[in-house]
Amino acid sequence: MELVNWFNELLAGNLIFTPQTLGYYWNGVVTTTQLVFLSLLVGLVMAVPLSILRGSKHRWIKLPIYAYTYVFRGTPLLIQLYIIYYGVVFVDGIQQTFLWPLLREAFYPALIAFTLNTAAYTTEIFHGAIKATARGEIEAARAYGMSDRMMMRRIILPSAFRRALPAYGNEVIFMLHASAIASVVTLMDITGAARFVYARYYAPFEAFLFAAAIYLCLTFAILYFFRFLERRLLAHLRPQN
Amino acid sequence: MKKLLTVSILGLALAAGTTQARDYDHVRFGVDVPYEPMEYRTPEGELTGFDIELGNALCAEMGVTCEWIEQEWDGIVPGLMARNYDAIMSSMTINDERRQSLLFSDPYITMPGAWFAPAGSDLEEANEETLAGLSIGVQRGTTYDSYATDAFGSTANVNRYSTADDMMLDMEAQRLDIVFLEFAVGQSTLLDSDAGDFKVVGEMVTEPAEIFGEGFGIAFRQRDTALAERFNEALATLKEDGTYDEIYERYFGEE
Amino acid sequence: MLDLHGYGPRLLEGAGVTIQLAVLSLMLAIVLGLLTASAKMSRSWLLHKIATLYTTVIRGVPDLVLMLLLFFGGQMALNVLTDILYDRSGIDIFINLNAFAAGVITIGFIFGAYMGETFRGAFMAVDHGQIEAGKAYGMSDWLVFRRIRFPLMMRHALPGLSNNWMVLLKTTALVSVIGLSDMVRVAAEASRATHEPFTFLLPVAAIYLLIASVSEWMFARLHKRYNVGFGGH
Repeated sequence: MELVNWFNELLAGNLIFTPQTLGYYWNGVVTTTQLVFLSLLVGLVMAVPLSILRGSKHRWIKLPIYAYTYVFRGTPLLIQLYIIYYGVVFVDGIQQTFLWPLLREAFYPALIAFTLNTAAYTTEIFHGAIKATARGEIEAARAYGMSDRMMMRRIILPSAFRRALPAYGNEVIFMLHASAIASVVTLMDITGAARFVYARYYAPFEAFLFAAAIYLCLTFAILYFFRFLERRLLAHLRPQN
Repeated sequence: MKKLLTVSILGLALAAGTTQARDYDHVRFGVDVPYEPMEYRTPEGELTGFDIELGNALCAEMGVTCEWIEQEWDGIVPGLMARNYDAIMSSMTINDERRQSLLFSDPYITMPGAWFAPAGSDLEEANEETLAGLSIGVQRGTTYDSYATDAFGSTANVNRYSTADDMMLDMEAQRLDIVFLEFAVGQSTLLDSDAGDFKVVGEMVTEPAEIFGEGFGIAFRQRDTALAERFNEALATLKEDGTYDEIYERYFGEE
Repeated sequence: MLDLHGYGPRLLEGAGVTIQLAVLSLMLAIVLGLLTASAKMSRSWLLHKIATLYTTVIRGVPDLVLMLLLFFGGQMALNVLTDILYDRSGIDIFINLNAFAAGVITIGFIFGAYMGETFRGAFMAVDHGQIEAGKAYGMSDWLVFRRIRFPLMMRHALPGLSNNWMVLLKTTALVSVIGLSDMVRVAAEASRATHEPFTFLLPVAAIYLLIASVSEWMFARLHKRYNVGFGGH
């Protein structure tokens, strides 16, 4: 109760940061978090098998995956979003299928675009890490008589994922920042809230600086989370004293 | 070499430092097109509409030449601030929120807002109950956005668009259940066009006054009070000599 | 054949805007990056702090938010300044921050921070003995920079530089949101008007891929040049 009073006093006389607009920003944080978290999660699940197959000896497995990552990493996410958001509408009869209730919302087309995008980047990150596995580790595994599968599961992947951690942390931050374009297809993420507040009050500094501050906090939270993970998981790589 | 680059890049940003006389003999209007029948292009590409004709008549009355510069609604106020044009005449509602950063002429017309839905829709009334959970389309930053947001923002999904075109596309694609916009505009772009079958839902909306204000006005930069005054005088003259009524009737019929 | 419904010339123009924007932003970013790297390596405590603040804040906020802030807010701030000047002294100047300039400045500013990190790492990787050798030959500081530090640094900076360029190129698409008619905006507009999104968006995606592939090839050549005398790769 006291908190509410304090809050109201803080906002008294402030035309822009009313409880209503703050509510928009808060909903924006929720939308952004959902969008980024879900796309990263699904993207990660997709990227693990793709990155293994990307290193396959068979051309017909390797090349399509390479083409996929090349296209999604070589074009702007905004274009991918437009293609999916506007594209699905013109698939004949899509409005009558069971998918439409999902695709009709801007959230799911955006989620699909973001997921495909991050999966492409993550695949390449993991692929690079797998390729960089020390020969000695592989030879040791062979010497133990491990099968290819077991070696992949027990030796290569665990060490590759650890090595990929810093690069993956960057990808997470990149995704958070890239998600700002969701507002272009009517989603009210953090940037969407800021654009709404700006358009209503013509107050660019308040509207966008506040959004920038929120993103900055989220970025630092991710940064510290990954630092913590690196300390835990990469402890064996640190010089011992 | 490096210095040269820096200078040329700075020069980019600091382009066009021309001195401009304060007593305008040439007025440039910013306008968001298409917004039929207020401002739109004929199939031949000619810019016309109620705002355009009235604006031209006002300029003629004041003895100045005028020019129309197209700008999307999102950026229409920054465009004025950036002096890409000297005034906005684009169906802009006068209200206190906007008065914080703009100077308005006297209102020159009042227009209600209205709800439009696909003809097959079950909606008969637009109120909190019937709209609950539906997707409402509005143009971002318009009076209609403010109204829909304040009245239904907590119970329905308000989808905001940069342009009316974007919104119509999502309406045709069935992403939106209903849109809220100026009645006359909905009438020409939805009812009288071949975009599909649409209908008006419920009553026209003109309240509350703090959102719908006193009507549409011409917006100026705050320090251009002299220019606004000249427009007010010209508007009064046109209303007296019948020119205003003539233009009005051409677009909206008898009053 | 592809029917562009008369949007062909505008799309081509848009591609021109994209390329100009990318190249100018890159130049600004390189200049800012070199300045930032020097500030970070300087002995001045203040310069170091300013550069750190710059790289931290810029890399913590989405490009689009910074762009919207500068495009919508920058003009307002400039107007306040010029209005004060007018009221005080009657000098009537006007500075116009158009969407193109706002785009170049924002993108250059953002990537200046990334370039700063790239250059700093690369300068630090330059073998100190080489610099001392240059000094021993009686070279001035500037000459040492031009003949020794810069070329050696470029060798280390090239991979980072090429990576930054690829990201920058894709970032230019965001200017379409602030109203600049780059190829993404033209394509989006055309898709809405004609209801044929794929006809316009897919070719634009292909142009991005083409530019990226050409740049990759050019960077590979540059890499070869700066690695002359270092054998192997």
